[in-house]
Amino acid sequence: MNNFSYIKAASVQAAIDQSTAGFNVKYIAGGTNLIDLMKYNLTRADTLVDVNRVQENKDIIEMENGGLRLSAFATNAQTAYNPLIERRYPLLSRAILAGASAQIRNMATNGGNLLQRTRCYYFYDANVPCNKREPGSGCAAIAGYNRIMAILGTSESCIAVFPSDMCIALAALEAIVNVEGPEGSRSIPFADFHRLPGDTPHLDNNIGQDEIITSIDLPAKGFSKNYSYLKLRDRNSYAFALVSVASGLDLDGDVIREARIALGGVAHKPWRVEEAEDFLRGKPANQSNFRQAAEMILKGATGYRHNEFKIELAKRAIVRNCMMALNPATQLPGAQPSV
Amino acid sequence: MITDYPYKQTESSTDFTPRPITLHINNAPVQLEVLPWVSLLDGLRDYAGLTGTKKGCDHGQCGACTVICDGDRILSCLTLAVMKDGSDITTIEGIAHEGVLHPLQKAFIEHDAFQCGYCTPGQICSAIGMFQEGKAKTRDEVKELMSGNLCRCGANTNIIDAIMEVKAQMSHE
Repeated sequence: MNNFSYIKAASVQAAIDQSTAGFNVKYIAGGTNLIDLMKYNLTRADTLVDVNRVQENKDIIEMENGGLRLSAFATNAQTAYNPLIERRYPLLSRAILAGASAQIRNMATNGGNLLQRTRCYYFYDANVPCNKREPGSGCAAIAGYNRIMAILGTSESCIAVFPSDMCIALAALEAIVNVEGPEGSRSIPFADFHRLPGDTPHLDNNIGQDEIITSIDLPAKGFSKNYSYLKLRDRNSYAFALVSVASGLDLDGDVIREARIALGGVAHKPWRVEEAEDFLRGKPANQSNFRQAAEMILKGATGYRHNEFKIELAKRAIVRNCMMALNPATQLPGAQPSV
Repeated sequence: MITDYPYKQTESSTDFTPRPITLHINNAPVQLEVLPWVSLLDGLRDYAGLTGTKKGCDHGQCGACTVICDGDRILSCLTLAVMKDGSDITTIEGIAHEGVLHPLQKAFIEHDAFQCGYCTPGQICSAIGMFQEGKAKTRDEVKELMSGNLCRCGANTNIIDAIMEVKAQMSHE
């Protein structure tokens, strides 16, 4: 870890002012990813601006449009166990609780969850090339041991995956990310927040240098009756997903009014395919329809030497998770398969 | 290796002086002078002299450094001491009362819930934090909510047994 200066910001504006005035300033909230990256010398900062005290109120606010506004500075645990989230957005609660450990969820903030970096081994290994760590140096993962890597939306530059669970649910729920910066505030639809690697894999998302996430809005529709989060991994708890699925269904009897399906562990951002969700509209909620949707979602998927298995695994996970969503009461701790 | 472009540390923008902070550790105020990059874990062990909290991986993967901070179990390796100025911290040194072991400490001994003992302080602080959260009802839920604490000796079954026994005692009280 390099030496750095440390400042506590009393407000969002003060934090932004510190960031624009200083050189190589980083915001720190939970620190669960940033401090780790700094210990590995993958991220360096001249100054850390602590934003944990910028908002006295870390509550969840009910909005006039029927949705909820999550403070970016609330912890993952506060959010997952909030009674309003448990009741109206249980998909989000389940996804958060499938990620990390209880200790990390007590520290990590909602804003920080969106900004976490990939867990690609080669990104962490300074002895090998990585276009995300050092643009133009190459990608060691493509020819390397790529069991955990992406199968969708990859490029010749990068096959890393975005590791969040929370964000897979936020993608399915069509959340909106509110940010503030030197130019004022703006709102970013969730689908536009994270990026595919293309030839700029060093950019994970579309937030600006000095911008800070202040809140995340959840639209009124929470799919609280029929939802499920399934996370498949090499170790049953406290591991990143090989494949994860967030499903939200709005049913009229056994007919699907609306379906949302987002995949984690397969791409550089949460993966959704509108065509598949459109296909399910008006169809009976059954295995064969979910399988057809899964085929659409995995269209164009490319396996590498060690992760070809993810393509079929993801299709089966989609079917299984959508079936689990028909009866969410059967869900097990740790987002394990329950049907 | 350069990771952030362009990266150049400037002297003018930095203030590398130790900061005076107060941590309320095990109900006693402790004044420390720490540089900004000192983790809470190193602050507890090397500055406050409380070596009960263990450094396992130092990267948030093992749970050995778990302490209770302002009522929540956290990983002391992934936070900075300066960020916790003014906080209440409970470490393994603070859970026995007047020489009487905490029920979890007793249960760990009775159930042989360790071999080398290195993960034990983190396991016990984590379990106390889990009890306070009140979310673990079943054995499966306890296992899930204790998964952030690894035991490489493989005493996990006995650790869960010890926790379940204390949990049962608590529900009878």
